[in-house]
Amino acid sequence: MSFLEVKDLRIHFPTDDGLVKSVDGLSFSLERGKTLGIVGESGSGKSVTSLGILGLHKGGRARISGEIWLDGEELVGASQEHVRTLRGKKMAMIFQDPLSAMHPFYTVGDQIIEAYRIHNDVSKKVARKHAIDMLGRVGIPQPDRRVDSYPHEFSGGMRQRAMIAMALCCDPELLIADEPTTALDVTVQAQILDLMRDLQRDFNAALIIITHDLGVVAELSDDILVMYGGKCVEYGACEDIFERPEHPYTWGLLGSMPRLDREPTERLMPIKGSPPSLINVPSGCAFHPRCAFEERTGGLSTTQVPELLETEGGHLVRCHLPRERRRAIWENEIKPNLEAS
Amino acid sequence: MHRRRLGVAATGAVLALAVAACGGGSGSSTSSSGGSAAGSESKSEFNAALTQVVNPSDKKGGILKLANPGDWDSLDPADTYYGYSWNFIRLYGRSLLMFKSAVGKEGNQLVPDLAEDLGTPSDDAKTWTYRIKKGIKFEDGTPVTSKDVKYAIERSFDKEVFPDGYTYFNDFLDWPKGYKGPYKTPDINTDSAIETPDDHTIVFHLKQPLSNFDYFAQLPATIPVPKDKDTGAKYKEHVISTGPYKFEKNEIGKGFTLVRNDQWDPATDPNRKALPDGYEVSTNVNADDVDNRILSGDLDVEVTGVGVQSAALGRVLSDPAVKANADNPVSTRLWYTSVNGNVPPLDNIECRRAVQYATDKVALQNAWGGEVAGGQIATSLLPPAIPGHEDFNLYPPGPDNKGDLEKAKQALAACGQPNGFETNIAYRAERPKEKAAAEALQQALGRVGIKLTLKPFPQADYFGTYAGNPGYAKKNKLGLAMNGWQSDWPDGFGFLQQIVDSRVIREAGGSSNISVRDPEVDKLIDQAVRETDTNARNALWTAIDKKVMEDAFILPNVWTKTLLVRSKNATNIFVNDAYGMYDYLGMGVK
Amino acid sequence: MGTYIIRRLIWAAVMLTIVSIITFAIFFLVPRLAGATPESLASRYVGRTATAEQVKDAAEQLGFNDPLIVQYGRFAKGIVLGADYNYGPSVEHCPAPCFGYSFLTRLPVWPDLLDRLPVTMSLAIGAAVIWLIAGVATGVLSALKPGSVFDRAAMGIALAGVSLPIFFTGIVSLVVFSYGHPFRITAPGGSFTPFSENPAQWAYNLILPWITLAFLYAAGYARLTRAGMLETMNEDYIRTARAKGLSERVVVVKHGLRGALTPIVTIFGLDFGLLLGGAVLTESTYSLPGIGKYAIDAITNQDLPKVMGVTLVAAFFVVLANLIVDLLYAVVDPRVRLG
Repeated sequence: MSFLEVKDLRIHFPTDDGLVKSVDGLSFSLERGKTLGIVGESGSGKSVTSLGILGLHKGGRARISGEIWLDGEELVGASQEHVRTLRGKKMAMIFQDPLSAMHPFYTVGDQIIEAYRIHNDVSKKVARKHAIDMLGRVGIPQPDRRVDSYPHEFSGGMRQRAMIAMALCCDPELLIADEPTTALDVTVQAQILDLMRDLQRDFNAALIIITHDLGVVAELSDDILVMYGGKCVEYGACEDIFERPEHPYTWGLLGSMPRLDREPTERLMPIKGSPPSLINVPSGCAFHPRCAFEERTGGLSTTQVPELLETEGGHLVRCHLPRERRRAIWENEIKPNLEAS
Repeated sequence: MHRRRLGVAATGAVLALAVAACGGGSGSSTSSSGGSAAGSESKSEFNAALTQVVNPSDKKGGILKLANPGDWDSLDPADTYYGYSWNFIRLYGRSLLMFKSAVGKEGNQLVPDLAEDLGTPSDDAKTWTYRIKKGIKFEDGTPVTSKDVKYAIERSFDKEVFPDGYTYFNDFLDWPKGYKGPYKTPDINTDSAIETPDDHTIVFHLKQPLSNFDYFAQLPATIPVPKDKDTGAKYKEHVISTGPYKFEKNEIGKGFTLVRNDQWDPATDPNRKALPDGYEVSTNVNADDVDNRILSGDLDVEVTGVGVQSAALGRVLSDPAVKANADNPVSTRLWYTSVNGNVPPLDNIECRRAVQYATDKVALQNAWGGEVAGGQIATSLLPPAIPGHEDFNLYPPGPDNKGDLEKAKQALAACGQPNGFETNIAYRAERPKEKAAAEALQQALGRVGIKLTLKPFPQADYFGTYAGNPGYAKKNKLGLAMNGWQSDWPDGFGFLQQIVDSRVIREAGGSSNISVRDPEVDKLIDQAVRETDTNARNALWTAIDKKVMEDAFILPNVWTKTLLVRSKNATNIFVNDAYGMYDYLGMGVK
Repeated sequence: MGTYIIRRLIWAAVMLTIVSIITFAIFFLVPRLAGATPESLASRYVGRTATAEQVKDAAEQLGFNDPLIVQYGRFAKGIVLGADYNYGPSVEHCPAPCFGYSFLTRLPVWPDLLDRLPVTMSLAIGAAVIWLIAGVATGVLSALKPGSVFDRAAMGIALAGVSLPIFFTGIVSLVVFSYGHPFRITAPGGSFTPFSENPAQWAYNLILPWITLAFLYAAGYARLTRAGMLETMNEDYIRTARAKGLSERVVVVKHGLRGALTPIVTIFGLDFGLLLGGAVLTESTYSLPGIGKYAIDAITNQDLPKVMGVTLVAAFFVVLANLIVDLLYAVVDPRVRLG
């Protein structure tokens, strides 16, 4: 069994308007030292998944089923209290917007010290030293001074580094980064991504990066999982997704990916329409209302939910189009367009 | 003479110059004075304490708990002008004379206290001599001499230091010219006013004859003050006692406690039983809280004696068991309407009589608060408790007491105003009851065509600037004005002189008499002041009362009544007519 | 920070001066405009039985014939430097701050106020402790389970708390717990026992007023806390705190409540400052001899020097509370920079 094994995970939220199926039958696995990128639009269920792994939906109104195995331990059925002891220690999370994700009234140092001391029975002094070490390690200059600064006194990039220091302070074996660079400008994004790659190597942690931007995961990930409407629509090795993507949604994501090698005047090719409602999920394939190739399925996609099927060597796709046609479309219609531009 | 101050903090009138005759003052029931303090049988029934001692007992000990919804004007004998305070002050101070601690009318009787006997008049009642008992001491053991009494009266002269007091002694004694009291003019010899030929004799010299000077001699200003302990305006913080109790703790504005004074010698004092071991008095206590605590037995006495608040009134009257423990004495306060003869057509006596006849007395009584909390319908000036009172009614109001409209119309015709006339009625804006009474009159007089327009004025300037200012009243046609009066002691002079003597009217305003101008009345007053025979004097007061009613210068409304609740823990509860409330000297603890 | 405090202190002094001018104007200028003469003002100082000559003397002595600006100067000087008063046999110095002496008791106002301050402070502090604990705890618990039975019940009671006047809740509490009871919680007026004298008795006498007053305020604080907590508990940093593995209690108190604290501290400072100026209704319902009772008695008796003294002292507390709240802001919320 892999270090992290998620099987048929479902996270549903009952609301007054109906049942919101945020995550609906998700499975994947991840080894230590490897990186998984989970990609999707907002509302696709990727953040809910990560919070689900951390057990942060427990005690709330969410209905969770399926299995999450972390290092041989099942978490869905585990007690809230037990999962809490794992949080921050065995698995940690880096949040999207560090300004709002850090408490504005406590110093950065205090917040790291707090995280460290929950899981390590050490004095404040030792914890503080550790916090300064961590800040230094994530590249914050003069960490012994900055440790007493408040989050609002940091720049955006520095804040994200501090956030990372906080997540890493207890040597987590699983690190989940939820849109770690979205709030940052482009040059800082690159620095942070470099930092995360270096740190992952040092810590030998399993890393999940959650993003809407394929560009972010391209450089870091070993595997990529594309989510749409709470379900996995394509899952495979990084090369599979970038070289041989087979799902129309993935094509759309690639098309809308901003690239440094493009002319700024050129327009992205955004995906038409908006993300599906998670309460009244479209019939059949959830993506069909936005899919340019929908009619080529012969009506199947409006009536039947497609299965997630292996197309070759660990590359899974959820699409009614026959494999050959998918490949043909990619090779003949999509890829040339992407490269031409 | 001179007015007693309003005792209810809640009416906000304490400082008002214009307040006429209010406060917890002398009182009375219409009862006979049959019951004496000892031996009479007690029953728990409504009004029992008006005629007898309730819970008679000679048991000593215990602490009486009293509360005051407002604050004392002052505990200093020179500076206090409330009836309840004069009632209470007898616990820690001895004046030359005092009102007897006895039930009903018997309490009106003056008895010697410091003095060996009542005063001896000479020189046509212009000189009064008192002998002071031997063996009376201050709380520190110093013997009391006539000089301490003289000094006490001298210091009371200074109204800047003691603004709350009365001016009887200032006005009537023959003070040397330029005298301003012992603080400002310590070197002026005052023998022309008060002589102390020896330590036990004090002689008062008056500017004019005064047949009832004995009433002056019961005033708290004659309570001796040791000169070397006098701290002026601060003396009230620790008054040196001559009575059976002395101050233990005194926090002005909060309360004080009295404990036994071991220097008080009962052998010198036949008037005081001194039953409780002490008194606990709280001041500035929420008035409704006081009522509730008396009803529940947590407290014994609401010391101002103005009666329960409206919130508790219904509770007392509706529960027979509670009502049986309550008393409803008539006080010596008269609410009335001045009928100004300076304002035409009220210069015509027939028009004034028309007002008397057209008045609906029942409506007036309701306006003042009804039979229990308001008062008894008044048909003359002198209240029932004051010697000289006689039941008469010159303007019979018809069988239902709602006015005789026929007689009123006849009077209007005789006045030359057969269809009525228009005039104004003044009242104090801050006083809803005066407004209600003015409205009741407006309605009643309207029945015969007398149209009244209501004119409210601020009470602080009511007498000085508006209703009591003759020029203003005439110019603005204030034909009628609401008014009230209470005497400082149960005596015709104290009650009538300030409100019917035309010579007290000042052009600048400020007098309480705003309507009575009759030289014959003035003459009768002069006669009464000289008359040393009590019965003859009282007959003169009756004659004055009748003459003023004949003139129809005053339209009496009601003599006020208060509803008092007896303590559950106290003994010897009775109403003393001199104060119109429970006598605090007699009360003990069960 | 230093210059900020100095600037605020100067501002506070200016505010108090303005309040004193307005107060003075209300009590001396307005009556003048309404036709009062120096004599009619002086007559209140010498009582009702004084002769016209005495009143005139007093008006002269009290300086009521001087221009108003001179009178204000004297009034202000009394507050800052003190003044001398004639007690009859002796002249005594009324040390600063001297608000003059009462019409009614002829005693200087300031020692009275000082004497009553402990009562009001005891009342305010005790009530504040109760309402902060009860109100904030209720608000937090309500916010954690919005819509639950507890939440609905608590908010219903809170609505009653803010709506019911003290003189109602106070009297009900007296009827239920005091009148005629053998143990008789609270006695009539003057029953205040200083803390230093007997802490147990102090608390015993104050417990009903505390609860009554706290009930009124706790209600508001419960609502305020609930609203604040509902907001902060949805903040990202709460999720972060949970992700660290903090126990729920620490998350709620250290992170959630801490985040919701700013408006509570602000309102609390102002409420508390106002209360120190006198809890008028509570003090008069329970006849507690505090600043509020003093004020209401002074107003009832038209005792102007007392009213002025109370007004200025109350204004002082409000200004002081504002100052402290502003300074606390920087402590509570480090994002606020004082400069």
